[in-house]
Amino acid sequence: MRTYFQLAAAGFHRYSTYRMAIAAGVITQSVFGFIRVSVMFAAVAAAGGELAGYDRQQASTYVWLGQALLAPVALFGWTELADRIKTGDIAVDLARPVDVQLSWWAADLGRAAFQLLTRGLAPLVIGAVTIGFALPGSWTAYPLGLVSVLLAVSLSFIIRFGVNLIAFWSLDIRGFIGLYLVIVAPFSGLYVPVHLFPDWLRTIAYATPFPSLLQFPIDVLSGRVLGVDALLVVAMQAGWLVLLVAVTRLLMARAALRLVVQGG
Amino acid sequence: MTEIRTGSGTGTEPIIEFADLRRSFVVRQKAGRVRRTKKIVHAVDGVSVRIGAGEACGYIGANGAGKSTTIKMITGILVPTSGTVRTCGLDPVPQRRVLAREIGVVFGQRSQLWWDLPLRDSFKILAAIHRLDPEAARERTDRLVDGLGIVDQLDTPVRQLSLGERMRGEVAAALVHSPRLLVLDEPTIGLDMISKERLRHFLITERAERGTTLLLTTHDMSDIERLCDRVLVVDHGRLVYDGTLPGLAQRVALQRVLVVDLWEPRPPLHLAEATHIGSEGDGVRQRLAFSPHDTTAARVLAEVSSQVEVRDLTLEEPAIEDIVRTLYHST
Amino acid sequence: MLLGSRIRSQTAYRTSFWLTVATSVGVGLIEFIEIYVILTNVPVFGGMTFAQAALVFALANMGFSFADMVFGQFDSMPSHLRLGRLEVMLVRPLPLIVQFVTADFQLRRLGRVAVGLVIMVLALGYLDLTPTPAVVYLLIITPFVGGAIYGALFVMAGGVQFFVIDGAEFTSAFVYGGSYAGQLPGSVLLEPVRILFTFVIPATATAYLPALIILDLPGPAFLPSWLGWFAPLFAVWAWVLALLAWRAGIRRFTGAGG
Repeated sequence: MRTYFQLAAAGFHRYSTYRMAIAAGVITQSVFGFIRVSVMFAAVAAAGGELAGYDRQQASTYVWLGQALLAPVALFGWTELADRIKTGDIAVDLARPVDVQLSWWAADLGRAAFQLLTRGLAPLVIGAVTIGFALPGSWTAYPLGLVSVLLAVSLSFIIRFGVNLIAFWSLDIRGFIGLYLVIVAPFSGLYVPVHLFPDWLRTIAYATPFPSLLQFPIDVLSGRVLGVDALLVVAMQAGWLVLLVAVTRLLMARAALRLVVQGG
Repeated sequence: MTEIRTGSGTGTEPIIEFADLRRSFVVRQKAGRVRRTKKIVHAVDGVSVRIGAGEACGYIGANGAGKSTTIKMITGILVPTSGTVRTCGLDPVPQRRVLAREIGVVFGQRSQLWWDLPLRDSFKILAAIHRLDPEAARERTDRLVDGLGIVDQLDTPVRQLSLGERMRGEVAAALVHSPRLLVLDEPTIGLDMISKERLRHFLITERAERGTTLLLTTHDMSDIERLCDRVLVVDHGRLVYDGTLPGLAQRVALQRVLVVDLWEPRPPLHLAEATHIGSEGDGVRQRLAFSPHDTTAARVLAEVSSQVEVRDLTLEEPAIEDIVRTLYHST
Repeated sequence: MLLGSRIRSQTAYRTSFWLTVATSVGVGLIEFIEIYVILTNVPVFGGMTFAQAALVFALANMGFSFADMVFGQFDSMPSHLRLGRLEVMLVRPLPLIVQFVTADFQLRRLGRVAVGLVIMVLALGYLDLTPTPAVVYLLIITPFVGGAIYGALFVMAGGVQFFVIDGAEFTSAFVYGGSYAGQLPGSVLLEPVRILFTFVIPATATAYLPALIILDLPGPAFLPSWLGWFAPLFAVWAWVLALLAWRAGIRRFTGAGG
């Protein structure tokens, strides 16, 4: 257990060295935040002040929480594992006495923790100072929200991990990564709240784990869902996590087999 | 060494010329938790050289001695902090595109070929870029490819080539437009003996036939031995030697080693002409160092033979790394 | 010729090629989802109906797709630098910008252009506009002027990335932010944002402003519709900035900036 904690700390530390990237990231997030807030305000205004349970303030919360969680949840491309598979370095990882998936997971959690503190808080501060947003109605939103975020980060990791595993079977993974990004973004509630989707699209979205990445943690944290509803949402996230861990471990086992057969 | 037609010699404009060339970099380092200190590194610290047409120069030095930086200033990638540099009579950075037609550059670590296209296409594209007559270009490419032995690799995508094949491709690519000057930055790094020899042989022939000037940086001393008639040694941005390779060896006056194989194990030999520096196989093979300044290999052998019967022998030239190292220490 | 062989080599990679075509079509569609979803909820958005907003989106998207196809390489300058590509390019007798444009020409990105084109045609069909010369002129020229503007943003990003080494994300703010803002009806943007994305980063000029003229709609505060005629001027302005940034970046690389 100690090893994993160290791995997480290493992940944390690694990202703390990219200072310029943090500043750059915050600027970008803020710019996008302002654009998205504009969009949501206009939509809410056009709907007469309230849209799918969002009023102006709540819409602002949605946007800024989304921007804040973007970096920790790491929706966007990650190919480190795939790169290692391509070069064959993965054999080294598999030979180590630590579980490959858990070690990368730990490192990713470390990364997320760091980015939550920096690129997570910054947009919230900027949003609060410039436009303002609504706070949750009950204190229970905070601890549950944290749990939800943790689940979301882990879920995002597992999905990215799984997509990277494809590198064992296909040389050129870029196409898959691109496709992954295309699908994940809208269904996770990155651009528009999933709650705004027309019914048929919303059904499709809920059939995927993607809303659990962004939309649900935002819902819980912002207090949009409270009490029992929040627990249900968190449970759904946890359910997806368990399922996908199982799937990826199966993939990993077959991948390792394939590596042995190929002779690394 | 094969007969080499030297350039037109004095009276014509040098191919490369730099005067009091300097290039410094500001390096930021972390000193402690948050502070950063700035340090100025003088990569090239006042170097002046003239290289005439047709010469073959080796540029050697330890890593960080300023070799790559100088190459970059010669080829138009980097601007000097002070001093002047002229390549083919042009100012490299401002006249970069004109200069690019006159020179060919081979980077050991980077590829100028198009990675996912067949090798053949790279040559065609380069010929088009240099606006060469297609017929002439094709002929030239054929001859280059033939001379370098990569005819069979023409249809392979570059990323599938072995390092040796790729490097030969790079050299061919650099010569497609028949430049007056060929600059090679660590071209034989990582190559096997056969590829190296092939490359060297080709360069020698190319130079003999076309009088192309050669500037070569390398860590491999046999490259210098085979290809260059002039050696420039840099250390910490300064030129510490400019002359011929034998001259260098002599100046540093290291010892040569005579390795004798005897018929049976023997205790270390005591000689006047040479010093015993090691034995192998319990004394069957003995290494004897002598200074070429004081004696000759023949005399050493004579003395050895007067004591024991010699079954076989080898003569080791001074390890040129040691020459260079000694040179660094002596300045 | 370079483009020809590059195209050939890309089509050689069967599955991967079609996958990425699918992806680029997908990317185009995904970006449209936002407008679509919003407009299933509200009748007008930024004063525009669904078809009108779709037109704005389509024009901007096509422009951006063109720019991405031609100038997309400038966005990944840090990785080019890391691989030493710039040095290789400096010893070739071609202008650097040309070399970057031809460095990795992506035929597959045409997929995204196709999406924009389809949406535009559908929107036009629905809108039933009178094809006056002004309208036709603007419809044809806007994607190209838009492409020029977005292209300038890419080149600007490339130049800036020489100065901000780890900050490739910073340029995303104006390249992809600009793309995002440009696809929206400009009246939606909050006023400071609107000004930023019109007079500093001319994103609204890539589609929204010309669309105002095409659709005969009034513009919001700070954005009178007649500005739509000046889109080419915005493009020139963007390119001036871009080339300055690019030159500065190259000078920094070759150490000429001291």
